[in-house]
Amino acid sequence: MLPHPFTVERVRRETHDTFTLELKGTNGIGGFSFAPGQFNMLYRFGTGEVPISISGDPERSDTLVHTIRAVGTVTESMERLKKGDIIGVRGPFGRGWPVLEARGCDVLIVAGGIGLAPLRPVMYRLLSRREQYGKIAILYGTRTPSDILYSKELEQWRSRFDLQVRVTVDRGEKDWKGHIGVVTTLIPRASFDPHEAVAMICGPEVMMRFTIRELEKRGVRRSNIHVSMERNMKCGIGFCGHCQYGPTFVCKDGPVFPYEKIEHIFRIREI
Amino acid sequence: MHTLEPILTEHPFLKGLNHAYIQLITGCARNVRFEPGQFLFREGEEANEFYIIRHGRVVMEIFTPERTAIPIQTVEEGEIIGWSWLIPPYHWHFDAQAVDMVRAIALDGKCLRNKCEEDHDMGYELLKRFAHIMEQRLQAARLQLLDVYHPHSGVAGPSARALKNKKR
Repeated sequence: MLPHPFTVERVRRETHDTFTLELKGTNGIGGFSFAPGQFNMLYRFGTGEVPISISGDPERSDTLVHTIRAVGTVTESMERLKKGDIIGVRGPFGRGWPVLEARGCDVLIVAGGIGLAPLRPVMYRLLSRREQYGKIAILYGTRTPSDILYSKELEQWRSRFDLQVRVTVDRGEKDWKGHIGVVTTLIPRASFDPHEAVAMICGPEVMMRFTIRELEKRGVRRSNIHVSMERNMKCGIGFCGHCQYGPTFVCKDGPVFPYEKIEHIFRIREI
Repeated sequence: MHTLEPILTEHPFLKGLNHAYIQLITGCARNVRFEPGQFLFREGEEANEFYIIRHGRVVMEIFTPERTAIPIQTVEEGEIIGWSWLIPPYHWHFDAQAVDMVRAIALDGKCLRNKCEEDHDMGYELLKRFAHIMEQRLQAARLQLLDVYHPHSGVAGPSARALKNKKR
């Protein structure tokens, strides 16, 4: 339950309000293994602790990578971190994406905004074992062209012949030549076998709701749809109850849930 | 002579339509091509056609004096653009500009309107198919309006929710 000190190795600016921290363990902490989709509690000493998904490569356990959007006191304070600063880390926590179960299937990744960060480790894992999967499509929607996360990596992935990468923005500018429209409009254009596809979705809940509807229209089975939920997490191990979501705790039973398991509470507004 | 009938028969928008109707529609169809930057139609002009995009992308824009043209939606290969020919006063409400070289099938709306008036069954079939597209676009526009990725949108989500506990 105690945070381990990690040193900031690098701070990379992703967009105007989003940045990536690369961390290394101190005090003899070496490798840090995690499953794609898991999260850590990051502790800014003197300010507070927040849950942040791990967004790095699971094959590279020497560096811990977190992409963070500065939206409050703690994350804004983290935005001011510099190389050599110390940050506390507890984790990894939670259930991740079903990358093993998806072997032999087509994989559809649908991300919205900062929701691409928890899905990036999935991409690394799928690409490192590319031969084990069928078609892979990544559909990414965000607010404006300047809000596109990991744009260089998306470009690299798009240049591959064994990957479909489609990016859209809700609000375009005159000089933007890419796609304009919500991320759900990309689903009919993606090539995959709906009966053999595993879908992994992360983004605002309303975006996930519309995405699920569109996937069901295409014939994707509910049991093959997985979503990443977010609630106010504190302890990370299901003790404190802050992140209770119906009969589950997001920190322990999630954050990734098979849609089938939470479908009965997904549309209940009060939860 | 090659006609557009086989292409129209196979297109998802018209798939399953009575063969006689397809023949009538084919009579109102022609191939068109637009260079990048060329307008398919502009706001306020008479809406006499709609397009089935076969290649390339079209951006729909709305003009404002403050920000000139604001792009609002991209329409791509396989999709339909334009339904103002169906609804009086038959004027376009947006601009549609080719992003890259666009090849499309243009369908003469005036000709189709007349045929739909003469044969209401055909009119109903076409209207059902356009209603489906309208519904999809309306849903997409509503979702777009929510501005779900904005940190202050008030929509529950990874970042917006965090704002509620401003501590994050």
